[in-house]
Amino acid sequence: MFYKKNHSQVNFFFLLTLTFIFYLYGKEWCSYLGIEWAIKYPKQFIFPLKIYISSFVKWLMNEAHFVIFSFKDLTRSISWIIEQPYQFILSLFAKGFYKGQGQEAQLILPPLSWIAVTTIITSLAIYTKDKVLVALVSLSFFYLAVFGQWNSAMITLSSIIIAVPIGVLLGLSLGIASYKSKIIEKIIRPVLSLMQTIPVFAYLVPILVMFGFGPVSALIATVIYAMPPMVHTTILALKGVDPQIKDFGLISGCTNRQLMWKVLIPSSKSTIMVGVNQVIMLSFNMVIIASMIGAGGLGYDVLTSLRKLDIGGGVESGLAIVILAVALDRLSQAYVRLRPESKSKNQSIFKKYGLLLICLAVMAATYLMGFVSEFIKSYPEELSVSTSVFWENSMRFINVNYYDLLESIKVFLLIFFLMPIKKFFIAIPWPWMVIIITITAWHYGKFKLSILTFLLLMFIVISGLWEKAMITIYLCGSSVIIACLIGIPLGIFAGLNKKADRILTAFVDTLQTLPSFVYLIPVVMLFRVGDFTAMIAVILYALAPAIRYTAHGIKNINKELIEASLISGCTPRQLLFKVRLPLALPEILLGINQTIMLALSMLVITALVGTRDLGQEVYIALTKADIGRGLVAGLCVAFIAIIADKIIVASSNRLKIKYGIM
Amino acid sequence: MKFNNKIITLMSVVFLFAAHTVRAEDSKDPIKMTLHDWTGQLITTNIMAEVLKKAGSNIELVQADYLAQFAGLQTGDLHLAMEMWETTGRDAMDEYTADGRVVNIGSTGMEGIEEWWYPSYMKDVCPGLPNWEALNDCAEAFSTAETSPMGRYLGAPVTWGGFDDERVEALGLDWEVIHAGTDAALFAELESAYQRKAPIMLWVYAPHWAPAKFDGEWVEFPEYTTECYTDPSWGTNKNSAHDCGKPRGPIWKVASSQLEEKWPNAYKAVESFTLSNDEMGSMIVAVDLEGGTVEGVVAEWMANNKSKWESWIK
Repeated sequence: MFYKKNHSQVNFFFLLTLTFIFYLYGKEWCSYLGIEWAIKYPKQFIFPLKIYISSFVKWLMNEAHFVIFSFKDLTRSISWIIEQPYQFILSLFAKGFYKGQGQEAQLILPPLSWIAVTTIITSLAIYTKDKVLVALVSLSFFYLAVFGQWNSAMITLSSIIIAVPIGVLLGLSLGIASYKSKIIEKIIRPVLSLMQTIPVFAYLVPILVMFGFGPVSALIATVIYAMPPMVHTTILALKGVDPQIKDFGLISGCTNRQLMWKVLIPSSKSTIMVGVNQVIMLSFNMVIIASMIGAGGLGYDVLTSLRKLDIGGGVESGLAIVILAVALDRLSQAYVRLRPESKSKNQSIFKKYGLLLICLAVMAATYLMGFVSEFIKSYPEELSVSTSVFWENSMRFINVNYYDLLESIKVFLLIFFLMPIKKFFIAIPWPWMVIIITITAWHYGKFKLSILTFLLLMFIVISGLWEKAMITIYLCGSSVIIACLIGIPLGIFAGLNKKADRILTAFVDTLQTLPSFVYLIPVVMLFRVGDFTAMIAVILYALAPAIRYTAHGIKNINKELIEASLISGCTPRQLLFKVRLPLALPEILLGINQTIMLALSMLVITALVGTRDLGQEVYIALTKADIGRGLVAGLCVAFIAIIADKIIVASSNRLKIKYGIM
Repeated sequence: MKFNNKIITLMSVVFLFAAHTVRAEDSKDPIKMTLHDWTGQLITTNIMAEVLKKAGSNIELVQADYLAQFAGLQTGDLHLAMEMWETTGRDAMDEYTADGRVVNIGSTGMEGIEEWWYPSYMKDVCPGLPNWEALNDCAEAFSTAETSPMGRYLGAPVTWGGFDDERVEALGLDWEVIHAGTDAALFAELESAYQRKAPIMLWVYAPHWAPAKFDGEWVEFPEYTTECYTDPSWGTNKNSAHDCGKPRGPIWKVASSQLEEKWPNAYKAVESFTLSNDEMGSMIVAVDLEGGTVEGVVAEWMANNKSKWESWIK
């Protein structure tokens, strides 16, 4: 790369100038030459894939038959299987057990009391012997009760309790299968990246058609969305096991099964748990969308309060989601760190099972006392606290006093930043855009990547969604630029300063788990509907990885290198710009990569404030229940994501080689 | 009096008994009714559910998305949806009722109103309102940095239809239509502008809490007729359709075809159900603005309108 630097730089500037010329004169040239198709892809050449998909799904649901059962029977029995444990957990935590149906039902067993649930979860924390965690977890659950979120929170918790194990088990088995067979891995990888990048709204309708209406479909959508990282980490974890350990297992005569479950998986447990952790967090991300198709719970509360413009109510339910997510996340992380203790045999039963006994005792006691005291059965409504008025008033204060200031900032950014970018992307004829992106892919990833890029881009073109795709790229692109401008410096700061790191971590966790709907409405109030509002929402959501990865990259630099540079007389400034940043660059690039992925996944949400991009296309398809249209638009989003991802990963790998990290 | 009462009671018991034996039996399985995320629909559904319960039906309320629910109605996973607005649900309704597995069982009696709407304080700035002809004179007063000098009209999500872009074109209005993505965004802007007494013109619909909470009026366009939308020569603009206001559309009840097969009596009750816009309006206000619960408001309605709902399940 070094010796080619000048050469490629010249090329780069040549292409850039050419692109700029196309931006300025492309339109006129094309109409002069009579090739209008280069500006706007002609309608009659659009490949009607969406119609084929729609009729395929219809056929699948209405006619497809395997020898003795139909496709519909198959999907419905799957949902029946998932339904059973879900109903049990839901009854246990939220609804109680009933006999009979509808209003004739009689309560046999009430749900667990809030005191019992808090005790159980606190004992789980006590087991890890981490005092901070115990305080965090018990306070969190107490918050849910005090702020009147208990019932909804338990409904949400129930679906998480079902979705996470399914996601983990499926992910683990797919991961193991791909570890064992190269072919399976080859097939699974692209499917996974599609699962991660197709907006959820795109496959919501097909899922509903297949798995029926209700919480089960919501659970399945959650699993599809949350499972891919589990597969990735499982593969990574198994490959990362020290070969000597594996050999040792083989020598001692393990069968294949024993080798997997007694040797490989236990020794890669901590990496696998990272995947579990991701599944939990992503499942919480789905809470709002799942509630749109029947999951209920906290997500539903957020939606209804915001429809009433009850911002306070939305914030409270939203924070409850954050708290639940953070509590479960920290708990699962603590279990990762937990080392199996050597069990001494002469412990008394009480010492061994003490916590379990206490839990059972509390469950029984609260059950019995529930008949006498309402307080124990369910936290009384009149004792619950609400901060609704506070949020309402602060919003009004900001709105009335600072609106003009915010408006002028907005207008400035619109005129000098957003609009020019938008014009640029829309004005360039699509053939040139396809060429330039393909060339970029070829530069970083060679032949294979450039072919893939070209095919994916052409798919967008022949679907007739090019213009919407360009608006998508413009909106995501500008948001990512700003998110990086804010996030990377913050990340550097966090990487250098421990205290800042702790505060920013909490901030980032909140941003990632707080449903974007909660801040979308206040943002609309301050900035009105339009691209700018959409951009702010995207930035807020996509900021997190920019901060996280940068901080991680800065922190993980080899200490000896830093010392060496200090000895050779670097000033702090030089140390940062000449040593730390270049060394952290691959990590930062991955952060940018993740920022782009998150920005794209926010697209559908931005359609809710009125953008005209692919997100809107997906959303329209959803509201019209048009399966084919939604999936095609969803695929376009996914393809943009895949192209961006591959190019950035390829360039990051190059950098790693350049700086000798890999 | 007492005697009379007794006779009436006796008669009605006999009558009910007779009716009962004649009636086809409803299935004991629960009827699954859908709940969406706006208050009016929750009230409508809960009233229907309470009434059906009184008639002895088994009811289960299920959370479902407004349009995605059609998939469930079609397969028979869901049975009854109480509010399908002509104005927003037409396309989906047509698509799914085509093969007869989903049926439209008549109007709820409520009528959706949708039109351009402005807060009353804007009348000081633009005294010619609500007449639509005043719109062009005041366009600048309603403009923002992005649209200036055109007026800014915040339209509904594109999926709701409404032909506002066409209307602006046909009536030659110096206005730009900006589409909100959801109704939450729509009313968030209204709330924000209202707090600052700032200019705003937007799509408001009723029955909804917004026209009750905020003081304002609908713009009066030339009244809608079917010809206006289909025949370009109609109206002020001879070359273009859509040169009039929006139609007012009924709010329909839709059900799975299974409803009539399995629960014929419940089906009849649902068919008879009607509510007026005013009744609904005041109940929405009681919940959304006065902090009542849906259950409480519904119970109150049940108590006050006994004769009405009893006639549905007779």
